[in-house]
Amino acid sequence: MNKDKFITGNINPNRRFRKIIGGCVYILFLLSTCVGIIGLGLLIFDVLKEGIPWINWQFLTDFPSRDPKEAGLLSALFGTIWLMFLTALFTVPIGVGAAIYLEEYAPKNLLTRVIEINVSNLAGVPSIVYGLLGMGIFVYRFGSDEMFLDRVLIAGALTLSLLVLPIVILASRESIRAVPDSYRQGAYAMGADKWQVIKGAVLPSAFSGILTGTILAMSRAIGEAAPVIAITALVYITYIPAHPFERFTVLPIQIFNWVARPQDDFRSLAAAGIIVLLVILLTMNAIAVFLRNKYQTRSEE
Amino acid sequence: MDGAIDDAPHEIPPKETITEVSGLMDPKKKLWVKLEGSIVRWLFMSCALVSILTTVGILIILLYQGYGFFKEINLWEFLTGTRWTPILKPRSYGVLPLVSGTLIVTVIAASVALPVGLMTAIFLSEYAADRVRRVIKPILEILAGIPTVVYGYFALTFVTPLLQNVLDDLLIFNALSAGLVMGIMIIPMVSSLSEDAMISVPRNLREAAYALGATRYEVSLRVVVPAALSGIIASFIIALSRAIGETMLVTIAAGATPKMTLNPLESVQTMTAFIAQTSMGEQAVGSFEYNTIFAVGLLLFCMTLLMNLLGFWIVRRFREAY
Amino acid sequence: MADSTVISVKGLNVYYEDFQAVKDVDMEIKRESVTALIGPSGCGKSTYLRCLNRMNDLIMGASIQGEVLFENRNIYDSNVDATEIRSRIGMVFQKPNPFPKSIYQNIAFGLKVNGFSGDMEEAVEKSLKQAALWDEVKDRLNDSAFTLSGGQQQRLCIARALAVEPEVILMDEPASALDPIATLAIEDLVRELKTDYTIVIVTHNMQQAARVSDETAFFMVGEDRSGYLVEQDDTQKIFTNPTHQRTEEYITGRFS
Repeated sequence: MNKDKFITGNINPNRRFRKIIGGCVYILFLLSTCVGIIGLGLLIFDVLKEGIPWINWQFLTDFPSRDPKEAGLLSALFGTIWLMFLTALFTVPIGVGAAIYLEEYAPKNLLTRVIEINVSNLAGVPSIVYGLLGMGIFVYRFGSDEMFLDRVLIAGALTLSLLVLPIVILASRESIRAVPDSYRQGAYAMGADKWQVIKGAVLPSAFSGILTGTILAMSRAIGEAAPVIAITALVYITYIPAHPFERFTVLPIQIFNWVARPQDDFRSLAAAGIIVLLVILLTMNAIAVFLRNKYQTRSEE
Repeated sequence: MDGAIDDAPHEIPPKETITEVSGLMDPKKKLWVKLEGSIVRWLFMSCALVSILTTVGILIILLYQGYGFFKEINLWEFLTGTRWTPILKPRSYGVLPLVSGTLIVTVIAASVALPVGLMTAIFLSEYAADRVRRVIKPILEILAGIPTVVYGYFALTFVTPLLQNVLDDLLIFNALSAGLVMGIMIIPMVSSLSEDAMISVPRNLREAAYALGATRYEVSLRVVVPAALSGIIASFIIALSRAIGETMLVTIAAGATPKMTLNPLESVQTMTAFIAQTSMGEQAVGSFEYNTIFAVGLLLFCMTLLMNLLGFWIVRRFREAY
Repeated sequence: MADSTVISVKGLNVYYEDFQAVKDVDMEIKRESVTALIGPSGCGKSTYLRCLNRMNDLIMGASIQGEVLFENRNIYDSNVDATEIRSRIGMVFQKPNPFPKSIYQNIAFGLKVNGFSGDMEEAVEKSLKQAALWDEVKDRLNDSAFTLSGGQQQRLCIARALAVEPEVILMDEPASALDPIATLAIEDLVRELKTDYTIVIVTHNMQQAARVSDETAFFMVGEDRSGYLVEQDDTQKIFTNPTHQRTEEYITGRFS
């Protein structure tokens, strides 16, 4: 064997050219990464510029009005808080229950697989479709033209619960899976039965993870407008709902309402409403991140 | 959970002894614990079944109300008709204008989000130092968490006026701004799923390429991207399905004019926007208008479901075994 | 420097962040011979090997001091292109790592990257023949490389490295993930390749070093967990009459 067997003359690595290409490609990748960040920056800048002058005490404490100078988002703010509270009330027990079943009880069979595939598919269903579902089974009595619950808070909350259920299930499953098996075995060794083990050992240590997932799911829920608009229709609410069976509006819908009007002042009101909504979302996310970090450092010890 | 742990307590005899000796549990109480155990088991199982019921509920409601629609409108006419005038006379129920409205916005969004998202993913996975990645990723995640009404506001009040400076023919409501902003909105979906796929390409494949004298971009584009291709394509499909189903952004910024057009400067109506704009009014249940939104919803549901299933299938089917 | 020297290492130190992984190595590597690097695990022999074609550049936080002269040029000079060094000093890794592509494309990759413009099929065939793999794969060049056995995959990786016509091939425990028969095939191949190539092979298997190499370098790990070179000599001499007592202790299996 010797080197003559090679066709050495044909290799032309062209390193200078490749170096230039490499530099160009790097710049292209870097610029691409900036597109998203710049988009976010512009969006926030635009919203702040338009909205900040309109944020004041009166804006937060007044009801919507035909006069932009007197309009506020009090009813939407309370609608959002109500909706978040009720949605959590429905979603958390069902979501955590489903997660416990899938992680701790479910045998490896067809039904379990169907449930799992189904949960991940549900996460991809457009939110407006949930709105249609809620309209068809909660607002109206299915298959008839009578009202069932009517366009009220509880119908909205039930609809949103179905929407965010996959998020809560996935997050809860993850934190239940993260509980070390030694906890379970320790509890079994004391003679506890399965439910006692879950109640006593699994749920307490999965609690903060479940809480984090729930907060993130709720922040998704209160930002949604499409399914809620199918429930509430376009309404003009000038009161604070006193119970779950009253009609309501929420922040994203109030914002939509204002954006949809051609007058500039209402668009600025929309920007102000967006600031309020984003502040709420940011706070919820910050709490979630804080809880996650606290939880992670503890489990590493 | 594996069966061993499940069965463990029943097989360990000392359990009985301990409980009996300590006298903490009389037989009645033991029975109660057992009963409670099986009750909660059924309770949890029914929780898990709620998700199945949701899917079934969606299907039944769409099919039932859609049936009311298709009783009167031929399915073929619905799917191939090119005029959508459910309110104006003469009424016509050809869904293609809504589909074309959806597609044009989605194509514009895709032409932004797919290349940008993929290149962002390559940058994060192959170029960026750890601390740079730790800063950029959460920023992109914020994009994914912003409510879609906010994007609608941004498209209508910022992007459209900006583009109108350059494009004289651009209408106030138009597919272009809605598509561009939607593109930015779905960048994080493409970039994070693609990045996950690229990061799971083993390090030793990259080393093999470097050891042959490849440069960083050659390693990225000719080794890492092809190796992660199934995950990347799945991220594309899932992001597109998200774009098709997105509602508020197009409802606010793209308009309410069902029109067969490929001109992005014009106002269009997407399937989702039609549903939202129609369901905002208080139409009577059982009315034909009411059934119409469910028929469009059924089509929308089928399209996104097919895309999501395709995405999952690609991930499963072509998962690389390195 | 003697004419027969291809790579000459002078005062090489390698650091990962603050940790010194390799301390003060001097070594001459002879042309068209096999040099084996042996030593207990954690002695820095793999780290050292990866300095010889700048693969450590790719590891965040790694830095080196000293010189690695390849044909009288320091490969760490600022005007040296690392990709050029790597295409002239190839590498074969511990675990077979074929690309998730066809057998043919695995070989063609390096050629394409390096701007090869001749008869690709002929070049692929030659590389596979050199790696003694041609007869086993010639009928299924378009099959995925993952359909090959572990030993075949490793020979494919060697063929892939040979295709870009390097002068030196670095092998990092190339047989450690293989069964004994595949290992022997790799060893045969290494002995054959040294007529055309300079080979540096890291191995934890002393019999293997004795079987394939002309020269052997013995590394140890010091009290501070840094690796250092104890001695380098003819393989024959290292295994029969080493200068240092530590070497003898290691060779005779008194520690590992």
